[in-house]
Amino acid sequence: MHPVPCRVHSVVRELEDTFTLELDPPGDGWEFAPGQFTMLYAFGIGEVPISISGDPSDSSRIVQTIRAVGPVTDALTAVSPGDFVGVRGPYGTSWPTGSAEGRDLLIITGGIGLAPLRPAILEVLDHRDRYDNITLLYGARSPGELLFAEELQEWRGRFDLEVLITVDRGDQVWRGPVGVVTSLIGRASFDPESAVAFVCGPEIMMRFTIQELLSRGFTDDRLHISMERNMKCGIGLCGHCQLGPFFVCKDGPIFRCSEMGDTCWTREV
Amino acid sequence: MSEAFDLLVDQPFFKGMTEDQIRVVAETATPVSYREGEFIFFEGGKADSCFLILDGGVALGLEKPGHGPTAILTLHAGDLLGWSWLYPPYRWSYNAHIHVDTKAIRFDGPRLKEAADADPVLGYELMKRFTDMLVKRMQSIRIQLLDVYSTPR
Repeated sequence: MHPVPCRVHSVVRELEDTFTLELDPPGDGWEFAPGQFTMLYAFGIGEVPISISGDPSDSSRIVQTIRAVGPVTDALTAVSPGDFVGVRGPYGTSWPTGSAEGRDLLIITGGIGLAPLRPAILEVLDHRDRYDNITLLYGARSPGELLFAEELQEWRGRFDLEVLITVDRGDQVWRGPVGVVTSLIGRASFDPESAVAFVCGPEIMMRFTIQELLSRGFTDDRLHISMERNMKCGIGLCGHCQLGPFFVCKDGPIFRCSEMGDTCWTREV
Repeated sequence: MSEAFDLLVDQPFFKGMTEDQIRVVAETATPVSYREGEFIFFEGGKADSCFLILDGGVALGLEKPGHGPTAILTLHAGDLLGWSWLYPPYRWSYNAHIHVDTKAIRFDGPRLKEAADADPVLGYELMKRFTDMLVKRMQSIRIQLLDVYSTPR
């Protein structure tokens, strides 16, 4: 339960309010699974859950992408190399990459939702031969707010990965799609009878994405989403992150839609 | 069979319609193609047709004074472009700008309406498809308006 002090190795500004921290892990053998998170502690200010956005095959750094949305994340994004932050974890469930082996994999994300999916993308690309078509559909607010823009460009250049990007608002130079991320689903190559989908983004976006995938023949046992609630302990004790019958920190954050039942659609849960 | 019929019969938009119905629709249809940079129509112009996009991309947008053209939505293969021909004052509400070379089917609006008036069953089938598209387009715009990716301060 105690945060372990970890030294900040580097800070990369991704967007105006979004930063990636690379931390020195507390010891040898630090491992995580794609989709897991840590509780990051800004000393003297507070602790927040942050998704791990690094490469799961690289244990030399803890990589976390943080958007500044409040006092704790403001403090975490203001750190400099050499500073220390507290780390607990990794915690939570992970993207079931194994369940997609031998099938098409559809990865649908929006905004900062790309960060918790990045480790899964890197993992499946590391073992590319195990999967059929892999498609990444990404929606952002504007062309200037594409997370990991350089890496997206790299991925778009690959012949074994289909990447489609849309923005809610275009600008004078944007030549790509404008519209919501669900509008890209019809352009992706996948077999709805067997494909697996990983979805991460704002809940409204995820609900519309689930509806669209179900209407195209997906079944909810092959749909996996990442949920977010206000976490405190990170290990299923305090109940802060309760979502219906689940604790998001322990039973999630990655859920199979069929396990969630109507929880996704229930008001004020 | 006409070239238009052959193109239409496999389009998801017409799934569930009979071949006879598609044949009637095909009589109002012409294959068209546009090059990147061209405009299919401009805001305020007379709206007398709609388009089913077969390949390529079209940006719907408006001119913002001092900002030039701004895309609101892009349409791609399988999408239907244009419903201003259905309702008065029969004027386009947006510019339709070709983003990438595009192939489409152009439907003659007045002739399509005549065919729908003459055969209400066909008219109902068409209207179901148009309203489905309208509802989906409206839902998308609502999500865009919600600005779901903005920073929650």
